[in-house]
Amino acid sequence: MPFIPHTADEVREMLALIGAQNIDELFSEIPLELRLRESGKLPPALTEMEVGRLMQERALQDSQPLCFIGAGAYEHHIPAAVWEIAARGEFYSAYTPYQAEASQGTLQLLYEFQTMMASLTGMDVSNASLYDGASALAEAVLMAVRVNHKSKSRRVLMPMTVHPVYRQVVRTIVHNQGIELVELPYCTECGNTVPDSLHRFADEDFAALIIPQPNFFGILEEVDLLTDWAYANGILAIGLVNPTALALLSPPDEWGGQGVDIACGEGQPFGAPLSSGGPYFGFLCCRESHVRQMPGRIIGRTTDTDGKAGYTLTLQAREQHIRRSRATSNICTNQGLMTTAATIYMALLGPAGLEQVAACCHAATRKLVENLGAIEGVEMQFDRPFFHEVVLVLDVPVQPLLDRLAQQQLLAGYHLGADYPELGNALLVCCTETKSDDDLQQFITLLSEAMADLRRSRC
Amino acid sequence: MLIFEHSRSGRTNPVQAPRGEAAKSDIPQRFRRRHRPLLPEVSEMQAVRHYTRLSRQNYAIDTHFYPLGSCTMKYNPRGCNTLASLPGFLGRHPLAPTPTHGQGVLACLFELQEMLKQVTGMQEVSLTPMAGAQGEFAGVAMIRAYHESRGDEERAELLVPDAAHGTNPATAIMCGYKVREIPTDAAGDVDIEALRQVAGPQTAGIMLTNPSTLGVFERRIHEIADIIHSAGGLLYYDGANLNAILGKVRPGDMGFDVIHLNLHKTFATPHGGGGPGSGPVGVGKRLLPFLPIPVVGRKGGSYYWLTEQEYPQSIGRLSAHMGNIGILLRAYIYIRMLGAEGIERIAEFATLNANYLMKRLAQNGFEMAFPERRASHEFILTLKNEAKQTGANAMDFAKRLLDYGYHAPTTYFPLLVPECFLIEPTETEDKATLDGFAEAMSAILQEARTNPELLKQAPHSLPVKRLDDVKAVRKLDVVWRG
Repeated sequence: MPFIPHTADEVREMLALIGAQNIDELFSEIPLELRLRESGKLPPALTEMEVGRLMQERALQDSQPLCFIGAGAYEHHIPAAVWEIAARGEFYSAYTPYQAEASQGTLQLLYEFQTMMASLTGMDVSNASLYDGASALAEAVLMAVRVNHKSKSRRVLMPMTVHPVYRQVVRTIVHNQGIELVELPYCTECGNTVPDSLHRFADEDFAALIIPQPNFFGILEEVDLLTDWAYANGILAIGLVNPTALALLSPPDEWGGQGVDIACGEGQPFGAPLSSGGPYFGFLCCRESHVRQMPGRIIGRTTDTDGKAGYTLTLQAREQHIRRSRATSNICTNQGLMTTAATIYMALLGPAGLEQVAACCHAATRKLVENLGAIEGVEMQFDRPFFHEVVLVLDVPVQPLLDRLAQQQLLAGYHLGADYPELGNALLVCCTETKSDDDLQQFITLLSEAMADLRRSRC
Repeated sequence: MLIFEHSRSGRTNPVQAPRGEAAKSDIPQRFRRRHRPLLPEVSEMQAVRHYTRLSRQNYAIDTHFYPLGSCTMKYNPRGCNTLASLPGFLGRHPLAPTPTHGQGVLACLFELQEMLKQVTGMQEVSLTPMAGAQGEFAGVAMIRAYHESRGDEERAELLVPDAAHGTNPATAIMCGYKVREIPTDAAGDVDIEALRQVAGPQTAGIMLTNPSTLGVFERRIHEIADIIHSAGGLLYYDGANLNAILGKVRPGDMGFDVIHLNLHKTFATPHGGGGPGSGPVGVGKRLLPFLPIPVVGRKGGSYYWLTEQEYPQSIGRLSAHMGNIGILLRAYIYIRMLGAEGIERIAEFATLNANYLMKRLAQNGFEMAFPERRASHEFILTLKNEAKQTGANAMDFAKRLLDYGYHAPTTYFPLLVPECFLIEPTETEDKATLDGFAEAMSAILQEARTNPELLKQAPHSLPVKRLDDVKAVRKLDVVWRG
C-alpha cells in the first residue's frame, strides 16, 4: 500500500488489541446516513514511474522560453547549494518549532534570517516571514492602523505605482475591517509619485502612507521627500522594497530624516524559483517600538538552564494560538522553507555578491535601454532613474506582438494596458543578471522583426 | 556558533555572483546605499557546513516520530518533491502566457481542483489561499460577502466552539465579525442546547472542525447544520482534521457551505519548518459566486485563468499570483499516486493507528479525555493525575519524550482538557514505532514517580537544555548585534 507500512498480520494484531472486528468498525460514530457509499471518482493510482512520465510531459509543455517579464517575480541565479541544503529532510519535513529544544536548527537559522533582513532594510527587527509580498503589504497596513494612535481615520494612502495586484490583495484583506485605501495618482511623464502632489492631503487624517522602492514601473521614487512628508503629518511610512535592490539602494530606515516605521516586501528574489508564482515569502521589518504589534512568528535568543545560548519562538502573546480573537493576525503557518533558502542564499552571496547581483541587474537593464535605438518605434516612457525594469511605449499594439514573440520562445515583457490604459501601448520589461549580451541581442532582433511585421500587416 | 561568527571581512564567493564590472554610477547618489548590510562573508563550504550542522539539530518526520496532534505530520513522499521541481515547472514565470507556456501546469491544477471537489463533496474549489489560515480568511470573507449580497447586514456574529483552533476566532475578527464561543458537552460534542440559545438573526455562521480538535467525530452534525441554516447562517468547515475522514464522509454531505483544506497536512506536502502550506477552499452552491480568484477553467481542451470577468462577485485576490503552486503540484502528484483506494486507506490507517495507540496507552495506565469514544485520527490524553501525584506536568513529559527520541505531541491544546497531550500518529507510522512510543511513555511515567526532577530538567540529550521562554520575552533579542 503506498506510504502505509502495515502488514496484514499487524492489522489483525492491532484490531485485536482495540477490540474491533475490522477497520470499518472504527468509524462507527459517523452517522450511517452520512457515510460515503462508493469510492469517489478519482483516477486510478499511478506508480512513481508513471506519474513521473506524466509530469515530465507536462513540464516540457511549459518549455523554458527566454523571459524578460518581471512585474513582481524575478529570475535570478540560485546557487546550487541553496536547495541542496534547504531540501534536506531535517528542514523540509520539520514543522513550526513549537518544541524549541528539538528545533534549534530551524530556530537559529530563522534568527540569522531576521538579523540579515533587519540589516538589509536597516530596521531594528524582522519577523520570520509572511506568505508573500502582497499579503505582507496587507499585514503592514493592518499593523500601521493598530500602531498609529494619533490617526482616527483608518485611511491609508496607496500610490498607483504600487503593483496593481498588490493593491487588490490589500483591499481584499483589509476592507472588512473598515480600512479605506485612498489612491495616489502618479506622473504619467515621470512614472513616479510626485511629492508635491501630496500637499492637498495635508489637512486630512491618514494612518499610513505606502512608499514603493523601486515602484511597479521600475522607477525610483523620491523616498526621502515622501517619508519626510509622512512624518511631518503624523502618518506612518511603510516602505515596500525589493530585497535585491536594497544591496544598491538606501535602506528604508535611512529614508528622509527619520526613516520608515515598517518595511516589507516580496522575498522571492532571494532563492525562490519563479515556479508560476509560489511558494515565495513575504518579509516584514519594523522599529523595535512597534514589535508587539507585528504579525507572524518571531524568534528570540535566550539561554537554557545551563546558561547556554538557544533560540525559541517569542512574543507569542501576539499570536492566534495564545491570544485567539485578540491576536495581531490569524497567520499560523508561514513560508519557513523559503526563508531557509533565502538565508542560505544571502550567506553564500554575502554583501559583495549581493551588491554585484543588484549592480548586474541594473547594468543589463541599462544596456537594453541603450540599445533600444536600434528598434524603430520604441521609446522609453519615463525619463527617471530606474532599477531593473523599464516601461517601453511601442507604435504597435502590445498583445499581438507578445503573442507572436511567445511563439518564438521570447516572453518580451508584461503588458500594462489593462492596469494603466492611460499609458497606451506600454510594455514593462525586466533584465536581471541572468540576461547575457546574446540574450539582449536576441530581444532586440526578435522585437524589431516582429514590430516591423506587425506594422506591414497593418498597412 | 552563528553564521556571522564565521564571517571575515573580504571573503567572497565570486563563483556564486554574476561576472563583470557592473557600473552603478548612473544611479544618483541620493538613492544609493552608503554602507553594506551585515551579511556574512563565508566560503561556500563554510555555509554548507554551517547549515548542514544546523539541520541536524532539528527533529523532523524524516528523522523522528512526530505525533503532533492536529498537524498531521505524515511522511512527505520524495517523488512529489522531485517531480514538482522539474525545470519546466520551477522556471515558469507566473505571468507567462498560458496558451503557449502554461498548459502543463494548468492541467495539473485543474485536475487537482476536480479531485478536491470529489473528496470533499463541494461544488467548486479555488486553490489560491497560501495556508490554512488564509483559507479560513477566504471562507469567512465569502460568508460575509454572501450575507452582504443579500442585504442581510445585521449578521455580526460568528459562532466558534471553545475547542477550536486559535486561527478560527482570529480569522473571524480579521473579517470584521464578533466571536461567540459555544461550549462543549461532557462527551466532547458541541453543546446543542447552548447552540440553540445563541443561533439567531445576528448569526453569520459557525466554524467547525469535524472530527473536532477533541479527537472525536461530531455526531450531531446534521442537527447543528439544521440549527444554523434555519437561523439563516452558514457552516464553515475547518479542514485541519480531514485526514480522519477521507473517503468515509464528505464535508459537503454533512451540510457545510464552505471548507478549507490543509494540503500540508492531509495531502502530504512538506511542513518545511513552518511552511509553505497551502489552504484551498471549496464551496457549495450558495458561495460559488464569491470564490477567491484566480481559478483554473477549461474550454475546448485548453486551460485558462478564471478572473473578475467570470467571478464579478469574487472576494478578490489573496496573493500576487496564484498561491503556492509548487505545493499544489506536490499534492497533485500525491493524489495521483494514491488513487481512489489509496485516499480511502489514509483515513482507515490513520484511525487504526490512533485507536491502537490510545488503547496501548490506556492499558499502560494513562487516562484518556474521552475513554468511551472512538478516537478519530487523533486522541487526547490527560496527565492531570500524574501532575498532581508527581509534580511533573505535561510540559515535563513532553520535554522528556524528546530525550527518548520522539517529538512531543501537541501540549496544552485544546485548552479545555487540563495537562493534555493531543496525539496524532498518522497512517504512515508502523506498529513497532507506536509500540516504542507507548513504552517510552510508560518509562517516563516510572521516572516521574521515582525521580520527577529528571522530567522537570529535561531534555538532557539535546543541543540545548530547557530554554528560558520568559527571558526571551523580557530581554528581547531578535537580531544579532555582534
